[in-house]
Amino acid sequence: MSHHIVEVVDLRYSYPDGTKALKGISFRITHGESVAVVGANGAGKSTLLLHLNGYLTPQHGTVRIGDYPLTKETLQEIRRTVGMVFQDPDDQLFMPTVHEDVAFGPLNLGLPSHEVELRVTAALERVGATALKNRAPYHLSGGEKRAVAIATVLAMSPDILVMDEPSSNLDPAARRRLINLLKSFQHTKIIATHDLDMVMDLCPRTIVFHHGKVAADGPTEEIFRDEALLEACGLEKIQRLQRCPVCGA
Amino acid sequence: MAKIDTSFFDIGRLDRLAQQHTAVHRLDPRAKLLTTMAFLMAVVSFPKYEISALLPFFLYPIVLVTAGQLPVGFIIRKIVVVAPFAVMVGIFNPFFDREILVHLGPFSISGGWISFASILLRFCLTIGTAFLLIATTSFHGLCLALLRLGLPKVLTIQLLFLYRYIFVLGGEAMRLVRARALRSFGKRGLGMKVFASVVGHLLLRTLDRAQRIHRAMLSRGFDGEVRVLRPLHIAPRDVLFTLGWWAAFAVMRTYNLPQLMGAILTRALS
Repeated sequence: MSHHIVEVVDLRYSYPDGTKALKGISFRITHGESVAVVGANGAGKSTLLLHLNGYLTPQHGTVRIGDYPLTKETLQEIRRTVGMVFQDPDDQLFMPTVHEDVAFGPLNLGLPSHEVELRVTAALERVGATALKNRAPYHLSGGEKRAVAIATVLAMSPDILVMDEPSSNLDPAARRRLINLLKSFQHTKIIATHDLDMVMDLCPRTIVFHHGKVAADGPTEEIFRDEALLEACGLEKIQRLQRCPVCGA
Repeated sequence: MAKIDTSFFDIGRLDRLAQQHTAVHRLDPRAKLLTTMAFLMAVVSFPKYEISALLPFFLYPIVLVTAGQLPVGFIIRKIVVVAPFAVMVGIFNPFFDREILVHLGPFSISGGWISFASILLRFCLTIGTAFLLIATTSFHGLCLALLRLGLPKVLTIQLLFLYRYIFVLGGEAMRLVRARALRSFGKRGLGMKVFASVVGHLLLRTLDRAQRIHRAMLSRGFDGEVRVLRPLHIAPRDVLFTLGWWAAFAVMRTYNLPQLMGAILTRALS
């Protein structure tokens, strides 16, 4: 597939309890873009992510991933195209060893075992976790778990990476390593996060969610300087764009 | 609380021990599983007053510990932790079974005490060997062996998931218990009512997590079938290990070796 686009048109979703999580979302992300989805808790970010790999099907509006609209028939193809990294690596690493976990996806794709081996090795190497191959996931540190979780997705060779809070619960060094790793990926990236500082480093474009709607969509730098907008959406100007509290410069 | 923490994470240590690369660890899981099962059957099949004939069976765990380079103290401590159950099973024997079976000079020992001792011996042998099996094979190695030996896949997968998430669940439970303890001063707040709500919370969290795990599985193409990529090979040494031990157990079960040796010794001396 040559066009790794993600297109969402007038997407609406209400949970069974009546909560309107998405109230008409539209955006289009083109090939190779790196986009941050930010917004306060409950703004609808997670609900949107669940649509992107077909866990939820649109109640209204459409989601297009690459050349396919999201429907029951295209589900498998879309799940292969979109690699989803979940917020809690413990949810994502469910197999007894790291190696088996990374192999889980490729085996489900029906690849022959030598090809699976190649992909597992390549994916673990890519995230610098080759040494963890035979370890059990519950013996890993937070940073290692996150790296392996990303490897499990890379092994499926997705075109689009969707990540939910990739930098949460990481120590500063592990967070920096993660940012550098993500920077090196060529994939189309969609990152939902509260870590606006990381967004500055990774995503040239930002979509701001507010109460289930898109409040702003544009260049990250521009949005992050708009203090009124940030405050209205439950966000805060990041430190490096603020004046120095000591010298005022 | 510290006690819960440590005994809990010791399960993880058992699994880490299984990561070693000794001759025992390299054996096929199936060989070890079948040998251990034969061992257990031989040990539990003795009549209830048997003590001396059980002693040679210690050879098997001793060989596993030595060849597998496992920490003896750790394994013994693990056995002691579960020992109360065995004591509970046998503790009333001495009261009900007062018939005198053995006279040692001025002392006479009732059948109850002998069967109690026999229970404890068997307990040490069986539980110890079960621990050693995990420490040399790892839990998922065992599950794999069970699967290959014909246990339904649904059950093995359940076992694997249970083992994977028991740590996470235990961690969650520990945090809840700790949080409760920190805010309940003295006895207040530790009652049944709060406990019920803690357990309820744990259940809800578990359901949520199950849903998230399922989501993660679906997004990686899960279709109801868990495929495992790990070929198991039966090598000649596996066959040798299994058959050799089976033969040894058969001999130990049929002949009372300590008694035979004693008889030979007394005959030689007289």
